[in-house]
Amino acid sequence: MEIPKTFLGYKREDGRSGTRNHVIILPVDDISNACAEAVANNIKGTIALPHSYGRLQFGADLELHFRTMIGTGRNPNVAAVIVIGIEPKWTKRIVDAIAVTGKPVEGFSIEGVGDIDTIAKVSKKAQEFSIWASEKQREERPISDLWISVKCGESDTTSGLASNPTVGNLMDKLEPLGVHLCFGETSELTGAETVCEKRGKTPEAQEKFKKTWNAYNDFILKEATDDLSESQPTAGNIAGGLTTIEEKAFGNFQKIGSRQFIDVLEPAEEPTKGPGLYFMDTSSAAAECVTLQAAGGFNIHLFPTGQGNIIGNPIEPVIKLTANPLTAKNMSEHIDVDVSKILSREMYLDQAGDELIKATLRVANGRLTCAEALGHKEFVMTKLYRSA
Amino acid sequence: MANTDIIIHDEKDNVGVVVIEKIKPSQDCNCWVMGSDKSVQIQSKDEIPLGHKIAMIDLNEGDTILKYGHDIGKVVKSIKKGEHVHVHNVKTKKW
Repeated sequence: MEIPKTFLGYKREDGRSGTRNHVIILPVDDISNACAEAVANNIKGTIALPHSYGRLQFGADLELHFRTMIGTGRNPNVAAVIVIGIEPKWTKRIVDAIAVTGKPVEGFSIEGVGDIDTIAKVSKKAQEFSIWASEKQREERPISDLWISVKCGESDTTSGLASNPTVGNLMDKLEPLGVHLCFGETSELTGAETVCEKRGKTPEAQEKFKKTWNAYNDFILKEATDDLSESQPTAGNIAGGLTTIEEKAFGNFQKIGSRQFIDVLEPAEEPTKGPGLYFMDTSSAAAECVTLQAAGGFNIHLFPTGQGNIIGNPIEPVIKLTANPLTAKNMSEHIDVDVSKILSREMYLDQAGDELIKATLRVANGRLTCAEALGHKEFVMTKLYRSA
Repeated sequence: MANTDIIIHDEKDNVGVVVIEKIKPSQDCNCWVMGSDKSVQIQSKDEIPLGHKIAMIDLNEGDTILKYGHDIGKVVKSIKKGEHVHVHNVKTKKW
């Protein structure tokens, strides 16, 4: 298949391209959710991103909170941003970092004003942003402006056999065209960690991966009451035939095809080494992982599932594929791409990879994913440890 | 092409994955080895559902299960060729 050189995206002020054109109302902290949701309810064409944290965090955990907030606002799928926090200082820090992209962003704080007057004030600005963004048009953008993140969920053995290799096939075909790619799931590489480490393109990348995985494993050994066998593999994984974390890891690993990663990113960190594959240190919980990848600037997501994970994200469209024929049949409203014919050998992996590329481009051009049409917009912050 | 009931990732693997809705006991199954594009036959001993694994050879306690050509765990209860391989007879080596 000849791969198109362009897609229809929204050109942003910083030169990047969006596959979506969201105006977001971003609460800095849990107690600003009500205000953010009221504004999004008032003003059509905006979306609130409520979450559970943002108070009394400190150290690396607080830095991750800021990185996630700022990265979400900076993502090219976002046209304009309203930031609402209880206090002005943290709000301003987020606004200033988003403003660097050149997109419209404005911050508001509730303390001393109260919800009702804040909602009125913010609604006026949100209306202005919504109408402004509505005039943005899609235009031809180079395919290299696609930043594709991947994560699998509710995996079973069909994931390792077919849907994850389909994603790997797409990576093998698109990486030479200059796209950015990202995989994560530090915990779910357990068992395949030494094989994964060798996929680092440079000794530095390999060393960084090893350090990241070891830090995670030390944490598990320290915190776990017994071991991970109660949660890894999950009950859903086991029902689908996956027996051990090693088996799950090697299946998971099929998603990167024969690619090598050029760098290891902190959670929610934006890549800076140019096109190619990156590993991001993330949890393997679906919504947490995709939220971090979206905050890293990725603008379209591929999500292979076996038993049928249903996740979506508010700003990054999540395309689901499955090779499990029962899932494709029984949960069809969640599945964008059915590659189950690989298992019956009616479809070659190469064809499945092409089908996934076509589907990815259609979604990049504006086609709604199943998760978007169903209203899935899971926005879940990763928390490293308890607050002060 | 004969119907494929079981797919084996790599020639080194000692387990295969059921890719039809379910395999019945004593069923003659067609297996396809992805890595080498070869076909082999096996008779099942158990009922095995879609996505679950079948032992391609006899396995003893302590043996290593190979899938994708890699170590994915150890046998904790001996397994006969054609039997269901899962959490009741295989465990992780990680903990």
